[in-house]
Amino acid sequence: MRRSYSRALGTAALAAVLVAAAGCQDTGSSGDDAASGDCGGKIAIFGAFSGDNAGLVLPSLNGAKLAIKKHNDANADCQIEMVEFDTQGDPAQATPVANQVAGDASFLGVIGGHFSGESDATMPVYEAAGLVMVAPSATRTDLTQKGNKSFFRVVGNDGTQAGAVATYLKSQNAARVFLIDDASAYGAGITAELTKNLGATVAASDKIQERQSQFEATISKIKAANADFVFYGGYTREAAPLVRQMRAAGVQAKFIGPDGLYDPAFPAGASGGAEGSIITCPCLPADKAGGTFTADYQAAYGQAPGSYGAEGFDAAQIFVDAFKDGKKSRAEILEYVKAYDKQGVSKYIKFAENGDVDPSRVVIWSYEIKGTAFEPLQELKLS
Amino acid sequence: MNFDDLFGHIGQHTVDGLSKGAIYALIALGYTLVYGVLRLINFAHSEVFMVGTFAVLGLWTAFGVENNPPIGQAILFLVLGLIVAAVASGGTALALERIAYRPLRRKNAPPLIFLITAIGLSLVLVEIFGLVLPKLLGEAVPSMFGRARIILGMPTIIEQKTLFTVLGTSITNIQLIVFVAAVAMMALLDWFINRTRYGRGVRAVAQNPETAALMGVNQERVIMLIFVLGGIMAGAAALLWSMRFGFTQSSIGFVLGLKAFTAAVLGGIGNLRGALLGGLFLGIVEVYGATLFASNWEDVIAFVVLVVVLMFRPTGILGESLGRARA
Amino acid sequence: MIDKIRDLDRSRVNALHSVADRWRALPKWQRGLGFVAFVVFLYYLPLLGIPGLTWLRTDSISGGSNWAGVLFTCAVYVLVAIGLNVVIGLAGLLDLGYIGFFAIGAYAVALFGSVNSPVVKWFQAEFDLPATWAVTWAVCAFIALVLALISGVILGWPTLRLRGDYLAIVTLGFGEIIRIVARNAEGVTRGPQGIAAIPGPEGPPSPDNQVFGLIDVKPWYWLAITVVLIMVFAVRRLEHSRVGRSWLAIREDEDAAAVMGVYPFKFKLWAFAIGAALGGFAGFLFASRYAFIDPTQFNVNLSILFVAMVVVGGSGNMVGVSVGAVLLAYLPERFREIADYRWLAFGLAMVLVMILRPQGLIPSRRRARELKDRAAEAEEAPAHV
Repeated sequence: MRRSYSRALGTAALAAVLVAAAGCQDTGSSGDDAASGDCGGKIAIFGAFSGDNAGLVLPSLNGAKLAIKKHNDANADCQIEMVEFDTQGDPAQATPVANQVAGDASFLGVIGGHFSGESDATMPVYEAAGLVMVAPSATRTDLTQKGNKSFFRVVGNDGTQAGAVATYLKSQNAARVFLIDDASAYGAGITAELTKNLGATVAASDKIQERQSQFEATISKIKAANADFVFYGGYTREAAPLVRQMRAAGVQAKFIGPDGLYDPAFPAGASGGAEGSIITCPCLPADKAGGTFTADYQAAYGQAPGSYGAEGFDAAQIFVDAFKDGKKSRAEILEYVKAYDKQGVSKYIKFAENGDVDPSRVVIWSYEIKGTAFEPLQELKLS
Repeated sequence: MNFDDLFGHIGQHTVDGLSKGAIYALIALGYTLVYGVLRLINFAHSEVFMVGTFAVLGLWTAFGVENNPPIGQAILFLVLGLIVAAVASGGTALALERIAYRPLRRKNAPPLIFLITAIGLSLVLVEIFGLVLPKLLGEAVPSMFGRARIILGMPTIIEQKTLFTVLGTSITNIQLIVFVAAVAMMALLDWFINRTRYGRGVRAVAQNPETAALMGVNQERVIMLIFVLGGIMAGAAALLWSMRFGFTQSSIGFVLGLKAFTAAVLGGIGNLRGALLGGLFLGIVEVYGATLFASNWEDVIAFVVLVVVLMFRPTGILGESLGRARA
Repeated sequence: MIDKIRDLDRSRVNALHSVADRWRALPKWQRGLGFVAFVVFLYYLPLLGIPGLTWLRTDSISGGSNWAGVLFTCAVYVLVAIGLNVVIGLAGLLDLGYIGFFAIGAYAVALFGSVNSPVVKWFQAEFDLPATWAVTWAVCAFIALVLALISGVILGWPTLRLRGDYLAIVTLGFGEIIRIVARNAEGVTRGPQGIAAIPGPEGPPSPDNQVFGLIDVKPWYWLAITVVLIMVFAVRRLEHSRVGRSWLAIREDEDAAAVMGVYPFKFKLWAFAIGAALGGFAGFLFASRYAFIDPTQFNVNLSILFVAMVVVGGSGNMVGVSVGAVLLAYLPERFREIADYRWLAFGLAMVLVMILRPQGLIPSRRRARELKDRAAEAEEAPAHV
């Protein structure tokens, strides 16, 4: 009897505590340390920093870290904090991150997204919070056609790069181009743009799927089309075995890929099969890049900056400049980014009205694979 | 719909499909052997194959094999590769059995539990090769682990050449080697299961474990044997894969394993010849489908064919029978 | 080491049982009160600020995700686990392609509810509708439910006659087919580009929305947890109904059930369809909360994760599968420090749980007994010595 009485009391007490607790405040996020000093502040960077796609994104994260570190080392009185949010490239993970960053007033800017899908998913959230996004590698063309007012990217979009590839192909008098893409947002996007640009010189096309390893059907289509150029829109994982099997099967057509293949793993993974392939990339050759970025990156991480390393650096540098300029609120920084006009490491950075980096300033270079190195060939004119 | 291409080069597509399916078939054997005896899906078998490819890669890296070595060396490295891959894959399969499956068998756990365990093991193996080993050894042997998550290239051990062309259908040396080697391995296994004393034990356990035990068959040993045999076949597949495609990565197993399992079910899981038939059939269907539509419909076609076949023959093309007289 | 874990686990289970026994021994009104308190606590969770418990929040670490956002994910996964539990735990059918139904639900609201979708654009062009027209959210919910239900029947009809292991591979294939079709059929689904501007209860996502705004996720969590509670109640009724008992009979011995007049196929199809509808509804909630979906979100890995939630939690027991779902959704978010090792830890945990506790962390009593029976049979059978 007494036991059940005490138990009832306990239950009631528990319920009371819970109800009382319900009145408590939401204390998890702290939003009051926004401006501790006169200068400096906090920004967020999000992207696929772990998981299968991390290899594509980590150079950009490293580049951004480098910019922040350089600044913090030189300016003890103006510290910038960059918080990393790993999304694994998944829109469903990027959205709660966006909610978190948007709801925490101490964040003044965002670097990201790195993929188009996560950018598309989170753009409205950041826009609603008045937070500026500077994307180092989200290249889908229509991201800047949605009327979003706080999205900027320091990278040329798929359209510009496809234009450059088309220019290159025309300069080589390509007559029969075979187009392949991996049916991903990136690969299919850039290939679709290229199809528009090339018109009648497209001989035929095929789509493969991610993680595919055997390409008999595609190769026999290339042979049947008697192509002189093969363009592949996609990433290293499928491109390396594809180009190798093409060569083994005796296909002589020149292989061309976009910046997704500007990746040391591509020639290494193809074990010589990628020799002579042409890779276009909106990135300057090391000796042409401004300042000491390439050397600094090499010193800090023990490897050459891979794809988008320079873009990551530039994106972070924009915020560094903003803080140096004494900007202290989301609105001020948004205005600052809008008006940004400066030489960056990857290109001259100045944004068009829609948030794209000024198309006339995008520099696209072609590289030829020799051994495992990317040898710069020429700058491609956009037309 | 590209019928012209499909029927215009039907012979070529068939040859391509057969060489593609031969590798599925070898991996499918591992699923079929285990299923035939234990009636369990060893979902981690795809990772057994993955370990095999890494063993081959390790061997060739250790000896610094270059592209297109002289023929004597090539044969030597292929034979050595086969041994190393068979040992690595067989060992992995055996380890999985001892560490994870045996405790479950002791409890007579339902198949679902095995499946989840196998999926867990699969994850662990992928992560070990994609993450743990690269972190530990990535700097010491970058060519083996440096980019295990992305892709690792291997040297071309035999240059692909067209051997002969019949009626517009050309057959390359690699395709011939892969196909002949795969069929030979399977014939060997078939002979082993159907003609030797050990094989009789396997068949006995597959037919009726209790009676087999009464007749003095050591069931534990039979189970170890089938895991090792399946592993060796996966090792052989790993070598053929390395020779033909020349790359690997930590997650290479998943898609292949899925296809091989589909092949095993298509042919009739638990049936060795079914695995061969299912693998070749699946390879051909995929190449035809990819030619007819585009390569990104390949998997859809493979699975639709699977469903259709199972609707009309619910136990696969050849039916299930490792012990032939399975009720 | 293993023995130590086993001991630890045994004492944990004993504690769990004694709590459960005491709970059952309580007078009805106290149980009711306790239940109400628990529900109140669930609704209070996104505000969690009790000193000593704040470390539970995912935003208490640097780079942590939004707490209410993670709770929403947990709630959706619980819904998925409850639905999948009907299929796996109650009817004993191994469905590895549950993600397919989830994707169908998600695409239903995306295709019919978003002005972004080719389907809506087609309707607009065909019937001269304004450019802002789209099917309203509530109607989309109904469409999602019905489409998932129908696809469950369509998939189940030919395949449920297959034996368990075959069913596994066929359903796995089904899940892949849905994803690949969503990716390849660009004219209908916008392919890999995905669909944005998927509506919520207040219409398309917009900063002007009063409740379901863009930044605050808490209302979404409250909506999801409400749906979960309703579904838990509904499935509970179902479980104890004639249908539920038939499932049990089929799971334990299909032939015996058939002899007793329980037509297995019919009830299996029921389980499949009900599970599919729940999965579709979860997908619907998922899509409307994130307002953006693309095919990469519906891959096989997630499907396998779903099955793992059910089995690790304790298939057949609704509390168990819910705990499984919450753990698998929450732990990787809270322990982001080990980000890289998440999957390794996850794989190891799966293997360990299965070897040590094949019945799951919180097994259903009946299920645990079934497994015990099997283990006892194994000991009797000479073949397994």
